[in-house]
Formats: sequence, C-alpha cells, structure tokens
Amino acid sequence: MARLRLRIYRYDPESGAAPVMRDYELEIDPRGRMVLDALLALKELDDSLAFRRSCREGVCGSDGMNINGVNALACVTPLEGLRQPIEIRPLPRLPVVRDLIVDMSQFFQHYRAVKPYLINLDPEPENERPQSAAERAELDGLWECILCGCCTTACPSFWWNPDRFLGPAALLQACRFITDSRDQATDERLDYLEDRYRLFRCHGIMNCVEVCPKGLNPTAAIGKIKKLLVKRAL
Amino acid sequence: MIPKRTFDAVIVGGGGAGLRAALQLARADLKVAVLSKVFPTRSHTVSAQGGITAALGNVTEDHWHWHMYDTVKGSDYLGDQDAIELMCRNAASAVYELEHMGLPFSRLEGGRNAGRIYQRPFGGQSQRYGGEQAVRTCAAADRTGHALLHTLYQRNIAARTQFFDEFFALDLVRDAEGYILGVVALEIETGEAWLIEARATLLATGGAARVFRHSTNALINTGDGLGMALRAGLPLEDMEFWQFHPTGIPEVGCLMTEACRGEGGYLVNRQGERFMPRYAPHAQDLASRDVVSRAIAEEIEAGRGCGEHGDHVCLKLDHLGAALIQERLPGIRDLSIRFAGVDPVHEAIPVTPTVHYMMGGIPTNLHGQVVAPVRYGPEEPVPGLYAAGECACVSVHGANRLGGNSLLDLVVFGRAAGEHMIEYLRENRYPRALPRSGVERALERLARWDRPGGDERVPRLREDMQRILQRHCGVYRREDLLEEGIGKLDAVGARLADAAIEDRGRLFNTARLEALELENLLPVARATLVCALARAESRGAHAREDYPARDDDHWLRHSLYFLAGDQLDYKPVRLKPLTVEPFQPKERSY
Repeated sequence: MARLRLRIYRYDPESGAAPVMRDYELEIDPRGRMVLDALLALKELDDSLAFRRSCREGVCGSDGMNINGVNALACVTPLEGLRQPIEIRPLPRLPVVRDLIVDMSQFFQHYRAVKPYLINLDPEPENERPQSAAERAELDGLWECILCGCCTTACPSFWWNPDRFLGPAALLQACRFITDSRDQATDERLDYLEDRYRLFRCHGIMNCVEVCPKGLNPTAAIGKIKKLLVKRAL
Repeated sequence: MIPKRTFDAVIVGGGGAGLRAALQLARADLKVAVLSKVFPTRSHTVSAQGGITAALGNVTEDHWHWHMYDTVKGSDYLGDQDAIELMCRNAASAVYELEHMGLPFSRLEGGRNAGRIYQRPFGGQSQRYGGEQAVRTCAAADRTGHALLHTLYQRNIAARTQFFDEFFALDLVRDAEGYILGVVALEIETGEAWLIEARATLLATGGAARVFRHSTNALINTGDGLGMALRAGLPLEDMEFWQFHPTGIPEVGCLMTEACRGEGGYLVNRQGERFMPRYAPHAQDLASRDVVSRAIAEEIEAGRGCGEHGDHVCLKLDHLGAALIQERLPGIRDLSIRFAGVDPVHEAIPVTPTVHYMMGGIPTNLHGQVVAPVRYGPEEPVPGLYAAGECACVSVHGANRLGGNSLLDLVVFGRAAGEHMIEYLRENRYPRALPRSGVERALERLARWDRPGGDERVPRLREDMQRILQRHCGVYRREDLLEEGIGKLDAVGARLADAAIEDRGRLFNTARLEALELENLLPVARATLVCALARAESRGAHAREDYPARDDDHWLRHSLYFLAGDQLDYKPVRLKPLTVEPFQPKERSY
C-alpha cells in the first residue's frame, strides 16, 4: 500500500460556491491500477464526487478528463509514473455540469454537423457492397474514434472558436466518410467543410495527436481533407 | 404531477438492440424516443470484439441450417428451436443490412471472394452438423461491437431519432388491465423525474454481469430492465445460466476475444502443455465457451495453473507474428499491454474464466413481445411491452451462447421487435388513461434515497453481493454452497433498508444512481441463486458438482423466476422449429 496524493476539481453548482481544487489522500497499491481505480476508491469515501465511467477499458469514451495537464481517459491512465499530487480537472473549454462532468452538447453538435453516416443512394444489392482490402485499409485510423472528446478539448483553435471550428474529432469523422469507397457524397461533404472556420481554423498544432487515447491522428485526417479541397480547386 | 412527454414508442437502452429497433420505428415515421443512462455509444455493445456470426460462406462453404445446428447444440438443447431458426435464417440479411448501413467490416484479400466481408473461425461453429470447423464470424478487426454500435447510432442520427441521453428509467407504468404505458425516468443532469408516455415500450437495457465480482462487463451493466420487469410482477427466465468467458484478464476482467483462438492462438497450462485437446479432441481450443471454461477451471484445480498463485492459464499468440496481430487483433494487443502488462507479440497473456454474458432474461416470443403466464398460458404477451438483446430471453442461447451470436441476436431481434411494435401501434392507435399509482411508486423509489438513513453504504453492499455470487455461484455449483449463498444474500438484502447516500445534490447525483442500480442488481442476484439451486442437473454453463449429468427427462425446460415469494415456475422448451425438422437432444461433445 502506498499513500497517493490527488488534487481534484470540485464544483457543485447547487452550492453557489466557486469551483475549488480539493486535496485527497488515498491508500492504494498503484501497481497495475489506473486513475479510474483511484477515483472509484475515492468515491467510496466521498460519494458526492461526480464523474462519468462505463467500460473501464478505454473503448467507450466516457471518462475523458484532464490529468496533470493532459487530456486522457482515466481508465487507461496508469497511476504509476504520474507526478503527485495528481491533478484532475474536467476536459477544458466545455461548460462544467458538476465536478469532472462536462456538457458535451457542443462537441456532439459538431459531430452531427458532418453527417457522420454513409451516404449511398444506389439501390441496395442483394449481398454486401464490395470493397477491396486496400480500400478498407484506408479507413484504418479513422473509424476507431470513440468520441471521448480528449482531442477537441485539447485544441487551441477549438478553445478560440468552439462554436465555429468543428474540431479534430468531428473532422476525423468527416474524413472517415470522405475516404470510404462506398460513400457518394464527397463533393457535398467538401462543400460543407470549405469554410474559413469549420476546417481551416486547424493550424496543425497537433495537440489532438498527442492526446488521442486510441493513437489516432486527426491532424493527418484534416490534412487529407485540405489536400482534397486543393485538388478539387485545380 | 411530473412533466410528461408523449411518443408512439419509447426504447429504454441505447445499445445495439435498442438502436436497431429505434431505426425500424423511426424509418416508419413513428415518434420514437430512445432513453439511455449513458450517451448511446458508451453502451456495452461497444466492447464486443470478435464478430457477428452469419453463414455468408465467404471463406468456406456454409449454410444457415449448419449454423442453426451449432446454435442448438451450443445451447445444450435448451434454446428454443423456432427462435434459433429465425435468427440463423435471417443472419445473412442482417449482416448485409449492416454493411449497407456503412459498417466498416474487414474485407477478404485476393481469391474468388476478394472484397467481400472478412470471416473468421469461432468456437462451436462447424460445417455439416458437427464436421469441419466453419469460418462464419464476420468481423471489423477485433472491434466489431464498436463498429456496429457507432454505425447504428449514426443511422439513427440520419433517421432523426429522438435521444434522451443520460436518462435513467425508474419503473414501468402499467395500468389495471396490464397494459404498459411507458416509463418514469430520471433526467440525470437535472435530477428531475419525467413521465415518458408511449403506447409501446421496449426494454433493451443489456446484461447484469455486475452482480459478480469479476466480470468482462462495463460498470453500467446493472440489469436495470430486469429490475423493472420484476417489480412489475413479470418473471425472468433461465437466470441460472451465466456464461463464463474462458479468456478474461485475471482481476480486471478485460475480455480477450475468442477471435484470439479463432486466428490460431491456443491455451497452455503451467507446463506449457496445450491442454484443450484432452478435453475437446475435435474442436480443441475452439470448443464452446462453457467447455473451455470448465477445462481451465480443472487445470487450475489440478495445480497446473500458471503464475505465482497458479490461478490462471495462458493464451499464446506470439507464434502468429506481429503483422497478423496488428491487423486482426490490434485492440487485444492494446488491452493486454495496458491491463496485463504483457505484449502478446512476445509473451503469452494470463487469462481466467470470467463472467461475461447472461443467457437468461425477460421472456419474449419471436416478435420481442414480453410473455408471461398471466391468465391463460405460459406465454401470454404483455400488451405494449417488448424486450430485446441481452436483457431478453427469446431464447436463442439456451444454456450456453456461442461466440458471435450475441451481436446477431441484437440486430435480428431488435429489428423483429421494431417491426412488431409498428404493427401493434397501428392496431392500438389511441393512448390509454394513465394510472396514478404506477407513477407514484416510481417517485417513491427516488424519494427513498433523499431521506437520511442508517450506516450502511451502497458500495459496500454491492461488493458483498458480488463476492457472494462469485464464491457461491461460479463455474461449478453445489447445493450447500448455493444455499449458503442465498442465506448470505438475504442478509445483504436486509441491510439495504439501512443504506443511505450522503450526496444530497439534485444535479448529476451519481451516488443516487448507484443506489438505484443496486436495487436492480440485488433481485437479479437472487433470481440467479434461486434458479441455480433448483436446477438439479448440469447443462451448458450451469455445472452442478452434485448433479454432473444433463437430465432431459426432468430439466429440458425453462425456469421462470418471480420476485414475489421467490416463486419458481417452468415452461417447456420449444423443440419444434418453424419450417425444418427438430434437432433431437443428444450427447454434446466437441
């Protein structure tokens, strides 16, 4: 057992009090344990601590938060090696509902805006639409996004223009459908993205790449969309 | 009165089954609301890895009837053969439909079927009724559930389905004639209770494996729909049957998909021996899950377990090569490195049987209608109530589910339920008067946790319950252990009255949520122990040390558990398929 020190952002809108960073100490063996394990243990001591969690294995995207200054999923961030006290805050730039829970409406609005679904108006064949293994491989690195919001809320361009810049997660999703050999709406999608804010506020800062818990590269996806726009203009 | 919203249909749960049904209803231009206690893509469907089984025949010759045989045999003959026929017959069209929706299936490279959906071998799947291994499970790498759930969510966005994200359903509203008229739900963010009125209600709330201590399931799998059904006086079916997945990471429980073995991995014991051929000479590592889990338990029991405590075995993948692992099993590699501290490219992964899936659930017929013995017979539909997915028991999985059949169950019966709801709504055009009492009972559930109480705390009670189930209702069961377990669970149940939460907040009160979830978990735990104690035979996942043989004369029947007085009832297995000849029960070996 070791004594772990944490400093956690606490905010209860009903109390009328301003948010505070509260210090905690916890007896926990950190070996092989994750930040989520520490939060769950703390919640047993103080049940008012609020955070989201579901799969506890990094596939559902519920528990994105800012851990020692870096956006990450609590459930796959090992306790070992973290500087103490471990500072845990909600994802930046989104309205805080309570403690570590943010209002993700804006994030999902951008997601919906890119029409994140396959558009193909041909009559449906009797069996599958063919797609070569090579065409399918183009989607790797695009379809695995879990919508945790770590990337978008780490992006300075999103911080400045959260309402107008779509952010890396939504743009990665746009690229996923533009790239899909089965999708027929590339032009329509590019028309929507050809905008000073929606797409072009990305300045290649690459915070998104740095924090993505799935190892995806939204900056590359955005670069690909930009290239397609240039190609189309020529 | 609490605020009210009215829809044609309400769906409780935003996983695969709920979203598939919602899509059917939304496309029929009906007003449909999906309530989900988490944002829908956080649902547990997202964790499914290996694939969805359908006899497409893209890799090896195949037929839906062979799939049906495997499923009946896999169920240890407890599955209803009409439902199994329906599922296997519709599997191919269900998978093609998902592909048309945009699901990014992996594709075959080269050969006659280049560019068609990739399929891999999975446990218990054979050609020609028990012959050679079939290659039948369609996959998107090892993240098929993620691909499926996101695709269905995306299609629902396109169909403009109305979502109520982070709404927790408290109870069904039922009138004196037994019609279900919607649900009372808690808006988690505001703490406000809503009446969601609908002429048809679908429960798609998923599994409840969090009744156990070690589970592959998400923390949200707390059997909320099961609790609602029990409190409405409805039974649960076959609750003694819980699948132990052979390969979960010890302690943390993360699933290492059966696709690991489908792609050529195998299990070894302490001596490095590949032991499965001793237990299943033909199918070996791809025997059905109950068989493999028991084999592992026996290896451990015989002192041939790996590790310092000899409490697990190892899953070997390193001979497959880094390239194959990276292409076909990238998620497994990631999970293994993070949670077991082992890179499968170089080392074997420690694994142990881990509770994974609930074969039982809310009894339904082929149309997803919830059925119960009310007045006339054992399978009388409850008007206005449907269930689909893991929370339902139709029963296609019987005593043991085959890998890849769960995602299939979600989409086939999600769609079937949606279809039937459309019909039901056409026949029942007008809303019925709402009873007052149904709403009040649900509100009392909420109010109870606002009052100060005794010294008991929710996390402790939950943990005690989980330890009881783990210890008293494991891979092997025994009468005295089960009886003792029921006694201990009684004590936990009694302590619930003294439990309180400290958080008095209204907004996003997760302590209250966990308390409400515990109230759903406890009766599920109870149903499990009571059904397991009663079933004096071994069948599928239910292995009794004191009754090691299957007993078709007495136990070829489904259990029905009612909350009032722990009452048990039984109903026959439907042995007659829809159009083909029945598969007669015979000895099951792999």
